[in-house]
This record gives sequence, structure tokens and C-alpha cells, in this order.
Amino acid sequence: MGERKATRAAYGETLAELGAKYPKLVVLDADLSGATYSNKFAAKYPERFFNCGIAEQNMAGIAAGMAAAGLMPFINSFAMFVTGRAFEQIRNSIAYPKLNVKVVGSHGGPSVGEDGATHQMNEDIAIMRAIPNMMVVVPCDTNEMSLAVKALIDYKGPAYLRMCRFATETVTDSIEGYSFELGKGVTLRDGSDVSVIATGITVPMCLEAAKILDAEGISVRVIDMHTVKPLDTELCVKAAKETGCIVTVEEASIVGGLGSAVCEALSEKCPVPVVRHGVPDVFGRSGSAAELLEYFGLSPKGIADKVREAIKLK
Amino acid sequence: MTDKELEILAAKARLLILEGVHCAKSGHPGGSLSCVDAITVLYFNEMRIDPAAPDDPERDRFVLSKGHCAPALYSVLALRGYFPTEEMRTLRSINSHLSGHPDMEFVRGVDMSTGSLGQGISTAVGMAIAAKVMDKPYRTYSILGDGEVAEGQVWEAAMSAAKWKLDNLCAFVDVNGLQIDGTTDEVMPLEPLDKKFDSFGWHVIKIDGHNLAEIKNALAEAKSVKGKPTVILMKTVKGKGVSYMENAVGWHGKAPNDELYEIARAELEAHLAELEG
Repeated sequence: MGERKATRAAYGETLAELGAKYPKLVVLDADLSGATYSNKFAAKYPERFFNCGIAEQNMAGIAAGMAAAGLMPFINSFAMFVTGRAFEQIRNSIAYPKLNVKVVGSHGGPSVGEDGATHQMNEDIAIMRAIPNMMVVVPCDTNEMSLAVKALIDYKGPAYLRMCRFATETVTDSIEGYSFELGKGVTLRDGSDVSVIATGITVPMCLEAAKILDAEGISVRVIDMHTVKPLDTELCVKAAKETGCIVTVEEASIVGGLGSAVCEALSEKCPVPVVRHGVPDVFGRSGSAAELLEYFGLSPKGIADKVREAIKLK
Repeated sequence: MTDKELEILAAKARLLILEGVHCAKSGHPGGSLSCVDAITVLYFNEMRIDPAAPDDPERDRFVLSKGHCAPALYSVLALRGYFPTEEMRTLRSINSHLSGHPDMEFVRGVDMSTGSLGQGISTAVGMAIAAKVMDKPYRTYSILGDGEVAEGQVWEAAMSAAKWKLDNLCAFVDVNGLQIDGTTDEVMPLEPLDKKFDSFGWHVIKIDGHNLAEIKNALAEAKSVKGKPTVILMKTVKGKGVSYMENAVGWHGKAPNDELYEIARAELEAHLAELEG
């Protein structure tokens, strides 16, 4: 296990690092540049940083205009406000004209913690995924975040990048054979009894859960599905065929997110039992990030319970 | 271009608007007729554009923030040579590039897809900032509806344009006083619009939006203003040029039937003949 660090920190550092290489890269924020770490870019390239104030809708529109003129904007706020408040601007001004704007939401999911339900965005993956032309990427740790930012700068088109407030373990830098490509899931651990398809900060938890289950004689495959859209359907179907049941795990609502995406793909191509694990159809609440993750069963133990459930359905 | 030449072009554009909306059996004639004089002046007398190079990065930009008035924009683009005027007859039909609201992906000459009110002006702000970032001399123009300024996003955009001192941005508000559900006063009072924009840090010019000389002068004044964006509040008549549509709230989003279309065409053709005569 590597260091504990939030994906948002790696995001800001990578963006700042790449600013020199990409002179058309511009970064916009809505008065949360310290929390989104876009202030790292702002400090190095103040002439290419635009603080739009607490006005996410206008920020999204400005970015659309900038992209239409040839710049490469990244817009930042909490996942709640950038995807929620500015949903229609993202849909109509960015995604419909296929403009090259990267929408970056930090503080995704219940691990926002004490701020409570109004700030815990669990529906962002679902609503961004529903928009045509939008790519949706949820890196699982700092290493993957850094690779995702690099890949998204080179990807020309609208995309949503989700990141997390909570510091988590970095695992992908020490996994042999790991490589990052947008739209391609990564099998982090092979297994034959069940496949766990996860996205975001739950991925390292799934690896821990696999260890618990291994001791019980259950062989668990763990797939890191960092790109929720377009979904790596081929990898999902392969997992369904080879292991016969699936558990999806995400730090987001099970309504419309990764779990739904996997079910949509498998119901048509290879129906097998799928247990969706994540935030159920409820709002969050205040508490520490660790307490909230535990509350929703987003822990190695909670995930292991879901895996046993899935195996019973086989 | 002389005022007379521009008036003739605007009269031709009005005929195309009516023809398009009549063929489509739907669309927004009222607001198209109120803002078409300004769009004509922009495309024929003001903007540095080349219909043969619609994607030239150096070109001036135009964003129709009141996207439902696409028939006005399309008519002027067609007259300017971006596509054949005959295509106005395909407006809103399934195989046409001329969608109900402007689509930058498919319509030559359209600089931004719009339709959802309040959004276009923010994109125009983004284009104007981009010009400054990339040190390009192009200017960005936009037209908003008066009903549209009830959208909060318009004022977010207004604040940001002042913050970044966008003297390369010039917006119009088409003050025709009517919106779908009634007069702007009834639905949501806007005035004093001049004081509002002034207090948001904009240079404000008030004109008659059907007086082509006033439009030209206002655009010249906007170019001379430094350090702040300009808004041209143009008083207009919704449905201008078609007697039964003028100042009639019912013609916001409705196409004339065959009989009413013939009346409108006769009136607009008579006006054109008078100008050309």
C-alpha cells in the first residue's frame, strides 16, 4: 500500500505540471480553488486561471465559448454544484455542440463528510452518464488520477472527471501490469468465483475485500472501471462469462451509476446475477468520511458481505 | 454599405423568415422580425467574416443568445452566402441542417449552438476572454431577448464580462416588450434595464432597433469604448413589418396559415419594392 492522499490533490498537481506543455489549457473555478486544488494551476499560470465566483452556470457557459474559440478549459467545483447546478449548461452548451470542455467535480460521494447531504453528490455519475457525447471518468487513486488528467487533456471532447475529498491509499502504482487507457477497465486481480467491478475510491477497498474472501476460499476478480462511460462492455461480458456473477461498487448512488451501466450492458449481452453496491436511494448525512463510508457499507467488510450475497445468487 | 442597401437586405431577410416559418408550420416569427435589422447590420456591415471560411479563427463571432430567433439568423446567413436562400424552405424539417434552434455543428456560419435562454451570453463572454488569452483581435457579438434577461445566468455573465473588462464584447438586448405569456411588465418587470447594466459595469447605449443608422453608430461607439463591455438596448417592435404580427403577443411562436402568409408576403414585398424603387 502506498501513501494516503486525496485524488483531488493529485489532480491539481498534475494540472499545474502540464500547464507549460499545453499553452491552450485554461482552468476555471467557482470560488473553491483551494478545495478543488485548481489553485495549484492558478499559482503558476494566473493569466490562464479564471475565478468565476459562485456562478457555476456561467462558468460552464464561459468554458463552452472558450472551447469554441480553441482553448482547452477545465472547469472546477464541488461535484454537487458543477454537475447539479450547471447540468443544463453542460448538456446544452457543452455536450450538445461536442465542445472540448472538461467538467471536474471534486467532493463526490458521501466521503465529503461533515458538510452533510447538501454537499454530498451521489447522483453525478448518473446524470453525467445520461448526457450524449459525455465521457465519465472516476479515478481510484492519485496515480490513476494523474494518468487520467493527462489522457483527458489529449482527449478532444466533453468529459466529466470525478474526484474525492477524502485521502485514500494509492494502489495502482504498485500493481504489476497496470496501465491506463480511457474507456478500458483494468483487471487488478484475477479470480474465478465472482467479479467485483468498481470505480473511484472503492477500488482499493475491493482489493482488501478480495483478500478477506480469499481466506474463505472465494476467488475474487477485481476490475477497476475508471471510465464509467463509455463502459468497457467487453471486459464486463468476459467477467460475467468467466465468473458467473458480478458485484458493482461505487461511492455513489446505485441508481443510474456504474451499477446501472453494468446491468444495462450485461442484461443485453450476458445476463448473470449482479449485486449493485453503493449509496442506496437515500440522501447522505453528516459525519466523518470514515463513519459515512462505513455507514453505507463502503468498506472491505461491507463489500465482502455483498460478494457473498452475489455468489448465493449464482 | 448604405442604410438603404442594408434596409433592402433586411427586407429580404424578413421575407425569408416568413417563408421559412410558413413552410415549417412552426417557429418564432415575432422575435425574429424584431431582431433581424441588427443581425443584418452585423453580418453585412460590421463583422469581419468570410462566408468562404466560416471556421477562420480570426473571424468575429456572433452568438444568438435568443436562439429561438434562428429564422432571423439563418435568413441573414443565407443572404450573406453561407448557404442557398432556397434552403430556408427546409427550416425545422428532419433532413435539413436548419434545426429549430441554431446548431453550430451543422449550420455553416453559426458560431454557437443556442436555444436554452440565458446560456448564449455566457458563451459569448467565453469567446471574448479567449480572444484576450490568445491575443486575437476578433470581436464577439450577441443578441439577447428582453424576456431572456429574467434568467439569472445573464447577470452572472454580465458580472464576469465587467470583471474581465471585455471591451471586445458587445451585446444587444432586443427590447420588444413581449414574451410568451404576455408583456414583459406583466410576466417579470425588467426596467430600468439601462441602470441595471450600468450598475453591472457595462457601457450602455439606447437606440431604435429598426433604425439602421442608429445600429451602425451604436456599433461604432461600442468599438471605441475601452475597458468595459457594451450593451445596446434596442427598442423594437415584435413582429415588425407584418401588420397583424406587430406588437401582438400571439405571434411569439406560431406560423401563419396560408392565407395570413400571403398577406404578410404581400406587405413585405410591397415594402421591398418601395425600397428598391
